[in-house]
Amino acid sequence: MYAIKTENLTKKYDESIVVNQLSLNIIKGEIFGLLGPNGAGKTTTIKILATLLKPTSGSAEVWGYNVLKEQDVVRKSIGIVFQSPSLDFELTGRENLDFHSRIYNLDRSVRKNRIEEVLELVELSDKADTLVKHYSGGMQRRLEIARGLMHYPKVLYLDEPTLGLDAQTRRRVWEYIKKLNVSEQITVVLTTHYMDEAEQLCDRVAIIDHGEIIALDSPENLKTTIARDIISLQVVDRKKLLEVLKSSDFAAEIIFNELVEESVYLGVENGEK
Amino acid sequence: MPLNLTAIYTIWLREMIRFFRAKSRVIASFSMPIFFLVFLGLGFNASFKFSGLPSGIDYIDFLAPGIIGMALLFDSLSSGLSVLMDKQFGFLKEIMVAPVDRLSIVIGKTLGGTTTALIQGLIILIVASLIGFEVKGVSGLLSSLVFMVLISVSFVGIGMIFASKINDMHGFQLITRLFAFPVFLLSGAFFPSTNLPTWLRYLHYINPLSHGVDGLRFCLIGTSQFSPIQDLFVLLGFCILTMVSGTYFFSVVEVEG
Ligand SMILES: Nc1ncnc2c1ncn2[C@@H]1O[C@H](COP(=O)(O)OP(=O)(O)OP(=O)(O)O)[C@@H](O)[C@H]1O
Ligand SMILES: [Mg+2]
Repeated sequence: MYAIKTENLTKKYDESIVVNQLSLNIIKGEIFGLLGPNGAGKTTTIKILATLLKPTSGSAEVWGYNVLKEQDVVRKSIGIVFQSPSLDFELTGRENLDFHSRIYNLDRSVRKNRIEEVLELVELSDKADTLVKHYSGGMQRRLEIARGLMHYPKVLYLDEPTLGLDAQTRRRVWEYIKKLNVSEQITVVLTTHYMDEAEQLCDRVAIIDHGEIIALDSPENLKTTIARDIISLQVVDRKKLLEVLKSSDFAAEIIFNELVEESVYLGVENGEK
Repeated sequence: MPLNLTAIYTIWLREMIRFFRAKSRVIASFSMPIFFLVFLGLGFNASFKFSGLPSGIDYIDFLAPGIIGMALLFDSLSSGLSVLMDKQFGFLKEIMVAPVDRLSIVIGKTLGGTTTALIQGLIILIVASLIGFEVKGVSGLLSSLVFMVLISVSFVGIGMIFASKINDMHGFQLITRLFAFPVFLLSGAFFPSTNLPTWLRYLHYINPLSHGVDGLRFCLIGTSQFSPIQDLFVLLGFCILTMVSGTYFFSVVEVEG
């Protein structure tokens, strides 16, 4: 059995297809990355897997439970850190965690210890009784991660866990994620814009664009076996660049070329050169 | 479907913590009805008699239950703001993704709004008795609580429906005000409805708040326009209606990223 299994998962808004026939098998215990540019459909996919959105068609199972038919068990099995903040800023860190532990019906005897435990994991013990509105962005992010873990979920979704963090904090968050993947034996599904983040963290990565999987493999294989790097360029005149690239033999193949404005993702031989 | 009592309590508890932490907002929301009570009650009492006032009833006696009804109406409606704020600040996602049925969430929120409305109702009652309002007995006081709860729950439900459909604070405040003023002006809170022209009187009859205020008057001062049983059932029906639709609207709210 897989941690997550989707079959032809599709989400449409009016006529636009946001998630397109997505079929995924995420293995228990792995850290799985969804890598893609803005608007690729990463958050939408996560929301469907978290029972917050209904797919237009196709099916999805989390830990063997159907996201449409067994919402309650699915919700108990997952923890989630949303892309945008979802903390109560008028409460303290500890109160936020307390709310979570109660609403997930954690046993009274476990509650207090567990709160201390997750606070320690993200190094917020000394800030536990400060109002969240006085936290820095990095501290808020860490509190969200701690909260997502509270109720011993089987699968943890992290929607751009390092969004808006400085390089140092990012690295620390990576450490937490790796640590909890091991110590709590949690399957992690994370989304990111950055190849380096996926490379650092993930056992396997799916590159997704326009709601479709373009490539799926381990980060090393995505780099070496296919002998191809994903590089991202900021350019002013995209068309011209593409023409130049096509006419040269520098780029082996342009995998996906019509992406976010002013930036092009290229699949090239040894992109790091 | 069994209710999730732990979740209901947890959601209520959070509302209470937030309520007691937001002191300036609390004071602001409490002061308006008290101004009305003091200025109208003291201003009109000695010098003025509305026609249609039951005999032997002073204006302050007539007014106080009306002001309580008004305060409950406004406070309950604005508790929809808490849903709206959860939506805007993102906390709604934390609630919606939790393994809790939507009815329990709505009940928890509603109890939060109802509790704060009740606190306000009781404070007004105390202020009123300081300026000459007399409650007719303890049983009256206790039964008035039933009406206070029903009024609060009903309009918290309405506030919740508005909050589910509206996404910005200003829009919400505008709509609730647009809704609240006719409801409260036509409820007979400030003056006897016999002073209304006939066509408005029909609106007065079908207005749930009229029955709330009337029920409060029966409990607190012993006179009423309708039968108190009728008041009770109209209000109860309305209350169930708004809870059911509140839950429905809440369950289809989409949460942002
Ligand atoms: N409620 C909605 N109605 C219509 N379109 C929507 C809605 N929600 C999302 N979309 C569209 O779906 C597409 C995918 O959005 P999604 O948030 O899943 O992307 P993402 O990969 O998470 O992007 P980002 O990296 O910017 O977070 C976008 O083009 C977005 O405009
Ligand atoms: Mg996203």
